[in-house]
Amino acid sequence: MLNMSDIVETITMIQDENLDIRTITMGISLLDCCDSDIDRSCEKVYEKIYRCAKDLVKTGCDIEQKYGIPIINKRISVTPIAMLLGASGGDPLKYALTLDRVAKDVGVNFIGGFSALVHKGFSPGDKELIEAIPRALSETEFVCSSVNIGTSKAGINMDAVRTMGRIVREAAELTADRQCIGAAKLVVFCNAPEDNPFMAGAFHGPGEPDCVINVGVSGPGVVRAALAKAGDDLDLTQVADIIKKTAFKITRMGQLVGSEASKRLGVPFGIVDLSLAPTPAIGDSVAHILEEIGLDMCGAHGTTAALAMLNDAVKKGGVMASSNVGGLSGAFIPVSEDAGMIEAARSGVLTIEKLEAMTAVCSVGLDMIVIPGDTPAEIISAIIADEAAIGMVNFKTTAVRVIPAIGKNEGEELEFGGLLGQGPVMKINKTSPAKMIKRGGRIPAPLHSLKKYIGEG
Amino acid sequence: MRAVITVIGKDMVGILAKVSTTCAEANANVIEVTQSVLQEFFCMVMLVDIAEMNCELGELNERMRNNVPGMTIHIMHEDIFNSMHRI
Repeated sequence: MLNMSDIVETITMIQDENLDIRTITMGISLLDCCDSDIDRSCEKVYEKIYRCAKDLVKTGCDIEQKYGIPIINKRISVTPIAMLLGASGGDPLKYALTLDRVAKDVGVNFIGGFSALVHKGFSPGDKELIEAIPRALSETEFVCSSVNIGTSKAGINMDAVRTMGRIVREAAELTADRQCIGAAKLVVFCNAPEDNPFMAGAFHGPGEPDCVINVGVSGPGVVRAALAKAGDDLDLTQVADIIKKTAFKITRMGQLVGSEASKRLGVPFGIVDLSLAPTPAIGDSVAHILEEIGLDMCGAHGTTAALAMLNDAVKKGGVMASSNVGGLSGAFIPVSEDAGMIEAARSGVLTIEKLEAMTAVCSVGLDMIVIPGDTPAEIISAIIADEAAIGMVNFKTTAVRVIPAIGKNEGEELEFGGLLGQGPVMKINKTSPAKMIKRGGRIPAPLHSLKKYIGEG
Repeated sequence: MRAVITVIGKDMVGILAKVSTTCAEANANVIEVTQSVLQEFFCMVMLVDIAEMNCELGELNERMRNNVPGMTIHIMHEDIFNSMHRI
């Protein structure tokens, strides 16, 4: 029988603590849309996406009504377009415009997959696609782009890293009149997951089924509130336990919504991404969880340890709640999307160096960080290389989504609006890494043997 | 198929009557009601059978809002509570 306090708890989570389903993302394979003629290829892409996703938004809204839980975004991820471009040739922009058109027609919030996987090298289509990214992001509204430049198995493609520094800058420059929004829709990955439902890095990996539903949950506010209710006397073991229990409940909801959506759409259910994804709304911040744990402000010494515990507890609690877990799964730390992080960055307590350390234990990487507009491309490349190295060595996904604020400097801010929020321009180290970046080549994959484990002689 | 209706707000005459009339009009059978008045706040949780209902849950929600103004009303399928709080 239903218990009154359980009912009240669920309603409080949704109404007062910003619990929501962040996204239902439909992954669609476009491999069967390949054609040697790019116009024909685009036509097939439009038809297939429209056919698969025409009911996605309506289904999302129906489920929202049934369970009374907000589903913030409905999105689509597709096969990395570079794979189609390799066969069709032609102007990659045509694909971007096609994706944008179909996204608009089916009513989704974003479509991800203007992507290339180049961690070991470039195949036909990859270079052309990468060069077209800035234009694609500036001339479309819904399209998101990502490039995978490294993996723990293949190492880091430093030629791609060098290129991406320039591409990130160009994406910002071309959209300088729109708060440099282009760079906010571009993610550079190491160890990119194939089933991630979150933007801007979502794409539908080649190992995925034809069509699949992935769900991303949210709920930093719920975790913070649970910790606040528990009080200050708990030790960190007990704190971790509370986070696990809360993550369990949040994930169960994701599982329910995902399986319902998959049933209604007649599409297999892929994964639940157990992520604590913040929004700029007050009370929906990962930084505030860390502060609730006991830091005066996010970015203080101790932040990395608290985040490591949070990230791990979220996974432990969530794993049991869902039959299939995947994607990025963990705590996100996108600066401009998190009220607590914005505050900490403004006050100078949270620095880019601290964020880099945090990315070694969080679920993704340097995310939504606004950097000075005059930052040279090679420094952006070097930021990408550092972040990729952390991912490569630690077998985790890392990513870089920095936004050069063209024409702005420290002390000024960019305002993206909506879920992307706003962010102060952060101070970066301007010492030049140009010579290293210019070398290019590949950083070889790390050795996985000869590690020093505990207990080893 | 059952749904949970929760009604919270300032106490006044006829809340229960209006809520149950709306349910009856939608052919939703009331199975159980728990209600309490804490100070001047009215709080009610109602379990209804929606298997034979003649409209969608969203529609019922809409009617409820129109018929019982001034109260915070949630109508949610029971699955969400079961999946969240049961293993």
